[in-house]
Amino acid sequence: MPYRYFEDFAVGDTFPLPARQIDQPELIAFAQEFVALPFAQDAEAAATDQSNSAIASGWLVCAVFMRMFYDGVLAESSCLGAPGVDTLKWQRPVKPGDILTGRTTVLETRSSRSRPDVGILRLRQEVFDEAGEPVMWMEHPLLFGRRSASGGEEGSSGLAGGEPTGRLRPDRD
Amino acid sequence: MSAFDRIAVGEPRELGSHHFTADEIKRFATAYDPQPFHTDEKAASHSLLGGLCASGWHTGAVMMRTFVDFIDREAEQAKRRGEPPLRYGVSPGFDDLKWLKPVFAGDTITFTGEITAKRRSKSRPGWGILTVTTRGKNQKDEPVFTVTSHMFVATEDERADPHGERD
Repeated sequence: MPYRYFEDFAVGDTFPLPARQIDQPELIAFAQEFVALPFAQDAEAAATDQSNSAIASGWLVCAVFMRMFYDGVLAESSCLGAPGVDTLKWQRPVKPGDILTGRTTVLETRSSRSRPDVGILRLRQEVFDEAGEPVMWMEHPLLFGRRSASGGEEGSSGLAGGEPTGRLRPDRD
Repeated sequence: MSAFDRIAVGEPRELGSHHFTADEIKRFATAYDPQPFHTDEKAASHSLLGGLCASGWHTGAVMMRTFVDFIDREAEQAKRRGEPPLRYGVSPGFDDLKWLKPVFAGDTITFTGEITAKRRSKSRPGWGILTVTTRGKNQKDEPVFTVTSHMFVATEDERADPHGERD
């Protein structure tokens, strides 16, 4: 995987995220620490109760996605962290043994208004189950360090920056 | 009046607190978010964030646990009053999650929740949707986290009859 700075991402770029299986012990351990809702936790009850079969907490799907995203993109990058998540939807339950895959799409790139050495991407993340059905999607900003610390990249207005340098779906916002 | 009918909109409630240790921050991050500022004190001290801090997804998961413990306590209190508890369904997702400040090793985060909207679902009879804004503050009273969550709740109480309808 090449090391990527802010400048190495272009609007429309997509990155496949490596497959990751959620197994029963992981699901149970996560639920015991963070969820403890009956429908997520009790494996024995789940085996006998169809309506309450063990499913992964949405927050475990988020955590597993984050590992997939790290392994697929962030590990070799100048990522500086995320201020938040604009929207997230959990679309389908994830069961133990499910193998998830994912995809990252770059929607927008823009300079940081306050920091000339930082750029901001807006990303769409999608997670799929084995059948290719959507399990979760989200859109969020993400900060990356610039290769050129001076911030003097073509198309960027440097210190006064804040103008989008590229955008997918220009009809939005 | 069902438990759903009794839900009060617009009243912030303290949900609970959690103390984040360096060990648990590193354990979560090693599994799910191994960026250096979440796993290594030295690297973190040189980062934008300023010190070893929790993955934002760890903070979210802790918020979930705090919320679940809260609704468990609420259910116990309802039981003592002889009232059926509110039944929760799945969450379809959330909006406007913000990691406002890092959650550092040693911080104690207190979460408060406020139901900002309550409505009956048009597409799922017997279910309503709550919109809940949850905020987290550290021990210095600084806001560190906020999110607007959506969750399904049953509009009718579960009947005492064990042969009655179950979702």
